[in-house]
Amino acid sequence: MTKSKSNRLSPLWSLTLARLREFYRKPEAVFWVYFFPILMVVALGVAFRNKPIEQITVDVEDSPQSANWIRALELDSRVLVSSFDSTTCRKRLRTGQSDLYITPGEELGSVSYVFDPTRPGSIVAKDLANRLIQSAAGRTDPVAVNIQEFAEPGSRYIDFLIPGLLGMGLMGGGLWGVGFAVVDMRIRKLLKRFLATPMKKSHFLVGIMTSRLFFMVPEIILLIVFSWLFFDVRVYGNWFAIVFLVLLGAVEFSGIGLLVASRARTLESVSGLMNLVMLPMWTLSGIFFSYDRFPEAVQPVIKLLPLTPLIDALRKVMLEGVTLAMLVPELLIMSCWAAACFVVALKIFRWTD
Amino acid sequence: MSSKSLAISCEGVTKTYPGKPPVKAVQGVDLQIQRGECFGVLGPNGAGKTTTIEILEGLLPPTAGSVHILGMDWRTHEADIRQRIGVSLQETQLSDRLSVAETLSLFRSFYNDGLTLNESLQQVSLTDKASAWVKNLSGGQKQRLSVACAVVGNPDLLFLDEPTTGLDPSSRRQIWDIVRSFREQEKTVMITTHYMEEAERLCDRVAIFDQGRVIALGTPNELIASLGAEHVIEFTVNDDPSRPLPYDWLQELPTVEQVDIHHGEIRMTAGESHTVLGPLFEQLDRRGLALTSLTTRHASLEDVFVQLTGRQLNEAARKSTTTEAPTMEAL
Repeated sequence: MTKSKSNRLSPLWSLTLARLREFYRKPEAVFWVYFFPILMVVALGVAFRNKPIEQITVDVEDSPQSANWIRALELDSRVLVSSFDSTTCRKRLRTGQSDLYITPGEELGSVSYVFDPTRPGSIVAKDLANRLIQSAAGRTDPVAVNIQEFAEPGSRYIDFLIPGLLGMGLMGGGLWGVGFAVVDMRIRKLLKRFLATPMKKSHFLVGIMTSRLFFMVPEIILLIVFSWLFFDVRVYGNWFAIVFLVLLGAVEFSGIGLLVASRARTLESVSGLMNLVMLPMWTLSGIFFSYDRFPEAVQPVIKLLPLTPLIDALRKVMLEGVTLAMLVPELLIMSCWAAACFVVALKIFRWTD
Repeated sequence: MSSKSLAISCEGVTKTYPGKPPVKAVQGVDLQIQRGECFGVLGPNGAGKTTTIEILEGLLPPTAGSVHILGMDWRTHEADIRQRIGVSLQETQLSDRLSVAETLSLFRSFYNDGLTLNESLQQVSLTDKASAWVKNLSGGQKQRLSVACAVVGNPDLLFLDEPTTGLDPSSRRQIWDIVRSFREQEKTVMITTHYMEEAERLCDRVAIFDQGRVIALGTPNELIASLGAEHVIEFTVNDDPSRPLPYDWLQELPTVEQVDIHHGEIRMTAGESHTVLGPLFEQLDRRGLALTSLTTRHASLEDVFVQLTGRQLNEAARKSTTTEAPTMEAL
């Protein structure tokens, strides 16, 4: 038997390659990683696309003066006016069937508005109805105005949403991808088998993280290109900065995935742990809406969560064209998470059962 | 003998798992295995074979005792030892969606020196399966791949934990061939099995384990010779099970050493079977008994185990020795 040194690949590259092959040979995994985020963008993009307010429903309570007001309101084609008794009007407002109801006052020339101050549509309806009624009654505007409609890409909800979904994809992909793969290998005793070889433990963990980078970059590019083609979402910043953030995010979340999976013995326990880890970030880190809505006191905590700096940085680069040099705090928080999780995972990792 | 010249040397190895009561899986095992030896670890399931071999493989820390592999200590030379040993575990499921060649080159990448891909494929006769995915291999092919992953680093010492359990006879024979060709290179093998006749065929020396201890140690021939009688005669008769007849007279038959009666099956060890059989038939005839079955065979390690413990090795192993004996005899 001859000995050979030439025929040997680097162990780190071999481990990475093995993970990549296993991934691409599982069609269902490819679907969840690559197409599910796109489906999500389509669904949310369609549901939350910004459209001009098309119709405002206003009810006028039955009364001898109603006809006057109804005529005034109908001058604006966006207003749909109906007339009901007071009980019905109140019920329709409460159940969201109307945006506003108007009760003509006791005396001529007075009117009361009933609206819901928490509903944007209701507030708009009140102001519009008031303007129509006031001008019908003879009010004139002292200032001449010139109105332009503004709908530039970058200002819409979909523009806000895409960086959030990128971040969510990186988080989910890192945790599920790494977590399940590791626990599956532990159950198959493959980790124990690797432990019985001279393989370096750090090579194994780095190999898993590196393979995530290879999976994630195409996913993110696919998602950005898709949202550009279908929703005209633009990237104002530097593409290099985006790729860098995506890579750092992939490393960060695969590190967290390794840590979450470092001790778990069953798929049930690892999925429970992953949901526990992801839940606060789904709600707090600003995927779907800005975390400014949460109380001032918890803002510093939110900003330290692993996902928040990633989404913030992606938004700043994509929407505001900010450069990486201005994102040092975000990059620092992400790097700390990645390094800390990797080190702790390497230390507490369970190789045997 | 200095521990330098030994492939494996362990003293007082003990493994106790905490619990109520604590489980004493291994209770003081001493082994000294020469370089170039094929050493078998035998025993029923739960005898402590796997725990012992995993301690020797450095996968489990012993509760007490010392272990030296190729003259080195796990605590100080783990990386060096790992480069020079090959391990096949009992229940590893290799990645389903990697091919045979990809799996081997992954394992090869961990070792500084080793075989080429073609050499390792040839060793386990999987050359024509090189590009097949692991999940499409048969049980025997998977097991050969698992052994190939253990030899791909060209180790000096090979640990195989029950490599043939659950395999059909021809797959078992292929595993044996791999072990033999490895032996021919003057390398050391430690193999665990609960098939006694596998150990008899493959191993230079065997240790029989029971309840966490070594209850017998020696070459297969020495152990069989220690029975004092090399033939085994097993038979059953048509007597009434509710009124079993006395069988003291069996002990008086020529060259008979030992008689065991187990669930109506009578088992005798004897120096010469042909001198026993004539008088046995005569006596049965005189007592009005007829044989319902009769087997005679050479004594095996199985019989050593039965003699030492008073128990059969286990149902599964026992079945396989009786049903597969003709196939093995033909080899």
